[in-house]
Amino acid sequence: MIRRGLSATVVGLILVFLAAPIVVVMIASFSSASYLTFPPPGFGLRWYREYFGSATWIDATVLSVVVAAAVVVLSTVLGTLAALGLSKLPRALRAVATGLILSPLIVPVIVVAIGIYYAFSRFGLVGTPLGLVLAHTCLAAPFVVTSVSASLAGLDRRLEQAALSLGATPLGTFRQVTLPLIRPGVLAGALFAFITSFDELVVALFLSGSGAVTLPRRMWDDLRFAIDPTIAAVSTLTIVLTAALLVAVQMLRRRGEGLRTI
Amino acid sequence: MSEGLAATLPASVARGGAGFTWPRVGPLLLVAPLLVFMVVLYAIPVTAMLLRSVAEPAWTLSRYAALPDDSVFINVFVNTLRTAVTVTVATLLLGYPVALGLVRARRMAGLVLAVVLLPFWTSILVRSYAWMVLLGRHGVINEALLSADLIDRPLRMLNTSIAVHVAMIHILLPYMILPIANALRQIDPSLARAASGLGARPFAAFRQVILPLSMPGVAAGVLLVFVLSLGFYVTPVLVGGARDTTLSMLIAQQVDQLNWAYAATLSVVLLGTALVVIAVFQRLPGMGSAFRINMR
Repeated sequence: MIRRGLSATVVGLILVFLAAPIVVVMIASFSSASYLTFPPPGFGLRWYREYFGSATWIDATVLSVVVAAAVVVLSTVLGTLAALGLSKLPRALRAVATGLILSPLIVPVIVVAIGIYYAFSRFGLVGTPLGLVLAHTCLAAPFVVTSVSASLAGLDRRLEQAALSLGATPLGTFRQVTLPLIRPGVLAGALFAFITSFDELVVALFLSGSGAVTLPRRMWDDLRFAIDPTIAAVSTLTIVLTAALLVAVQMLRRRGEGLRTI
Repeated sequence: MSEGLAATLPASVARGGAGFTWPRVGPLLLVAPLLVFMVVLYAIPVTAMLLRSVAEPAWTLSRYAALPDDSVFINVFVNTLRTAVTVTVATLLLGYPVALGLVRARRMAGLVLAVVLLPFWTSILVRSYAWMVLLGRHGVINEALLSADLIDRPLRMLNTSIAVHVAMIHILLPYMILPIANALRQIDPSLARAASGLGARPFAAFRQVILPLSMPGVAAGVLLVFVLSLGFYVTPVLVGGARDTTLSMLIAQQVDQLNWAYAATLSVVLLGTALVVIAVFQRLPGMGSAFRINMR
């Protein structure tokens, strides 16, 4: 009994270690003080007003959302198609293609960042939103491919075969049978892709230039000089946004799961 | 190419009758768009950059030969490896109990999972910033210790190796917890009951039954955390000091100074180290799918 209480305490303390830094930032973001201090002397929305009133913060946020949305579309379409094809490729070809597509998960991001920077700078893509979209899609696509592939692995292939043998065209089979069944995986992949791009900093450090400053890049530029409380407000907003997206996808997924039991 | 296809298609289709050609060239056509996209925009650029380490001004390996005598490189490389080992060991020691708790908790399971996933889904930049807020000279911890009269002057915590270690442990802990919890969840609960039914004390049952069966998860977590920590950049820049330069930071500095050939050489070393670690782990039993779990 004592041992049980002790281990629960240890786990509890580690959980506090995990949550506390983030909770502190969220609380500090509502501080009324002019500098970052904890606990706050009073509460208010001062730093949120600061954020919403600043053109550079809003511009950076809009750019990050636009870039991430484009990355979601590109990587979800390309990644889903690739996942559908990968499982049916001959083994040797499949190993090579999978290795290449998943390699951004393993290659240290600084190596990817400077490699892409080196090439993109020759084509005038540095400092443009397009450059960021292309680079982030390479980082995000592996998550779509793994997520959709996992859905496909759990798919009963006889359903597709039944549709084909009943006279459905391959495209019709995909649209009416396969896609509804793998939708949870596609959605999860799209969410991964959004967050990968929206939170990405290292590639943006090299590709943003002065013309395409994303939100993480803007936060970084500020952090190099001072621990500005505005960043606490921005951080809290991004955490809330991410949590909202996760909950939304979880709910869509639950609805999608009903289809699997047919 | 027919071997894999035959298993997934009705016999008539696999025999290639009725002019049904879609499945034969189809798979390659489906993969090709992403493959071409990534080869052109990622594989060729990265390879071309890496080749600068051996192709300038003429083909040479002299830059690699010079590395063992390069004290800046050696210091940074050793620091990077030492940090990765420290962070991996610490996340294992802290992560295993949490993974056990996550799997065993009944009423609190949702809360525990939420607490593990909250940092997992928070960006590395925000989490590094959180540690700046906590560890700074006028940070939360110093202010608390001062007001409790435990110290007279603020402690120097930010811009030290300890700050780097603590922040990286915090950032990478979920990557250790989730694979271990995954492995623990797959263990048949009746095995533990059988062990205690046969007279094993709880700790003996854990050590002889649960722990060995969870090893694939441990190996996956260790590999994931070690490889990810090798490439850390943002956190050491923000919370580390001058002596906490990582290989990634040195590479970025060299690019800033337009020393592309040296940056490329260091990149090959960094990538090569990660690949060697992965290759070693792939030889461990049950590790084929370590990188299949959703890492971010």
